[in-house]
Amino acid sequence: MTIVDTRDPNPKSFIPGATGDWEIIIGMEVHAQVLSDSKLFSGASTDFGAEANSHVSLVDAAMPGMLPVINEECVRQAVRTGLGLKAQINKRSVFDRKNYFYPDLPQGYQISQFKDPIVGEGTVTVSVGPNNQGEFEDIEVGIERLHLEQDAGKSMHDQHPSMSFVDLNRSGVALMEIVSKPDMRSADEAKAYLTKLRTILRYLGTCNGNMDEGSMRADVNVSVRRPGGPFGTRCEIKNVNSIRFVGQAIESEARRQIALIEDGGMVEQETRLFDPSKGETRAMRNKEDAHDYRYFPDPDLLPLEFDQAYIDALLSELPELPDDKKNRFIEEGGLSTYDASILVSEKAIADFYEEVAKGRDAKQAANWVINDLLGALNKDGKSIEETPVSAAQLGAILDLIREGTISGKIAKDLFEIVWNEGGDPKRIVEDRGMKQVTDTGAIEKAVDDVMAANSDKVEQAKAKPSMAGWFVGQVMKATGGKANPQAVNALVKDKLGVE
Amino acid sequence: MSVDADTVRRVAKLSRIALSDEDVPAMQEELNAILGFVEQLSEVDVSSVEPMTSVTPMEMKKRKDGVTDGDKAADIVANAPVSEDNFFMVPKVVE
Repeated sequence: MTIVDTRDPNPKSFIPGATGDWEIIIGMEVHAQVLSDSKLFSGASTDFGAEANSHVSLVDAAMPGMLPVINEECVRQAVRTGLGLKAQINKRSVFDRKNYFYPDLPQGYQISQFKDPIVGEGTVTVSVGPNNQGEFEDIEVGIERLHLEQDAGKSMHDQHPSMSFVDLNRSGVALMEIVSKPDMRSADEAKAYLTKLRTILRYLGTCNGNMDEGSMRADVNVSVRRPGGPFGTRCEIKNVNSIRFVGQAIESEARRQIALIEDGGMVEQETRLFDPSKGETRAMRNKEDAHDYRYFPDPDLLPLEFDQAYIDALLSELPELPDDKKNRFIEEGGLSTYDASILVSEKAIADFYEEVAKGRDAKQAANWVINDLLGALNKDGKSIEETPVSAAQLGAILDLIREGTISGKIAKDLFEIVWNEGGDPKRIVEDRGMKQVTDTGAIEKAVDDVMAANSDKVEQAKAKPSMAGWFVGQVMKATGGKANPQAVNALVKDKLGVE
Repeated sequence: MSVDADTVRRVAKLSRIALSDEDVPAMQEELNAILGFVEQLSEVDVSSVEPMTSVTPMEMKKRKDGVTDGDKAADIVANAPVSEDNFFMVPKVVE
C-alpha cells in the first residue's frame, strides 16, 4: 500500500529527543469478533467461556473432507460495519488461504481475505481530548480495508511442564480485521481512535467490544521520523488487549526507536509484544521465520457476491451513529460538545439521557446524567446497564425540581436515597417530608429567627450587602434545606433593605 | 522460472516436510520439471480473461446463523495422540 501523509506535523505531539524532535506515526489493525450465534463457516456456537473443545464442529477441527459454508449473518455484519465506517462496500470479494503452522490452527491455514476484501476505504472521525481547556480536536483516520477471517484456537502454556494445551472453541469464529491508514500521530490519538471504533461497533451491534474477553484486540504499527520527514521503519506490536495498554505500548516503543536511532542504530522491521508488567515491548522469537503466508484463493469457497439492493437495505436499517447523535444533541438540546461527547460515548448512556430529557430541559437532564448518575456509577465501578436509578426515576426527580416541590439541593439527597433504596421519588418526598417550603409565612419566620439571633451581623450586612448570602445559608440550614432558595434570598434582601 | 537448492529447503521448511541434504537435488529437479511444465501455459494470452472460479455458474452457498453443531469434545480429540480433559496436548510451543 502506498502511504499518503494526510496530516500536518503538529509540534504538540512531537517527542523531544537528544538530537531534536521526533514525530510518531501510528497505524492499527483491529481484530473485532463479529456478533453472531455461530461461527463463520460452521454451525458451532461462538459463546465465550465454554468447556474445552465443546464448541467445535468437525469443520473447525479441520477433519478431512469437511467443507466450509459461510454464515450469512457474518456477511451482513461486515457490510453493516463497513457502512458505519463510511466505507466502500465491495459487491464481490474473495476468500483466500493464509498458510502457516501453529498448533491452534488445525487447518494449517486461516481462511481470510487478501486481495479482494469485503470492505474497502473509509473514514472515522475521531475526537481527541479534551485538553486542559476542555477542548476537543477532531481528526480523520482513514480506513484502508475491512475483511472477514477466521479466528484461531487458544493455546495455554502454563498448565504442564512440557506440553501446551489447545482448545479450539474460538477456532473458526468470525473476525473483522479493520486496518487503518497510518494517520495517527500520538498515543492519545491512537487511544481515541480505538475508543471511537469500539463505540461505532457497539452502536452497530456488530461486535461487543469486550477487550477483556479478547473480542477486540489491536496490532499497533509504530514508527518514528523527523517531523514531516520521510517515514521510518515500523515495528508491529501484536495483540494489545486494552486501550490503556495501546497508549503505553506506543509511548514505550517510540522511545525505544528514538533511543536506538539517536545511538546510531537502525530500527529493524519486526513483530514485538507488549509486556504490561514491565511497560515495554520486546521482540518476538523466531525472527528468522520471516512470514511467507503463500496466500491463494480458497478452492472450497466461491467468491462472495451481493447486489446494491442488499447494501441499500442494510444502509436504510442502520441505527443512528455516535457522530450524528452527538450533533443532534448539540442542535436539539443546546448541549456543549463536551457534554454531548460524553453522552454518546456509549449507546446505553445516550438512550438513558434521551429518556430523561424527553419532555424536560435537555441541559438539566444532561447535567444530572453526567455529573450525578455517571459520577455515582463511576464511583461504584458500575456500568450504565447496572444503574440502580432508572431513567424514569431520574426523570421524576427532575419533574419534582421543576414543579418547585423540592429544591436542587434536596434533589441530590433524593437521588442518593433512590440510588441506595430504590422507590418512587414522588412518594419518597411525601413520606419523608422533603417538600420544599414555599409557604412565605414559614420562611419569613425562619428568616426573622436567624436575624434575631444574629443582630450584630444584621448591622454589618446592611453596610455590606454581600453578607446577605450568609443569612440565606443560615436560613437554608435552619429549614433543613427545604426552603425555596429564591424565596429566602428575596426575603433576606428585603428585610436587610439591600439590593 | 526455476528454483535453487535454498528455495527447495525453504519451501520444505514452510511445509513442515523433513528433507535431508541428499534429497535436495532430486527434489529441486522434480520441482523445476513441474514448473517448466506449468510455464508452457504462459504462452497463452489470458489478459482479457476473468479468472475462473467455478465450472458452473453458481452463487456461493450461505447458511442461516444458528447453532447446529458442537458439543462433541470427546469426538473432536478422539484421534489426538495426547489429550487431557478434552484439550489437545502438544509439545510446548513457547519457551
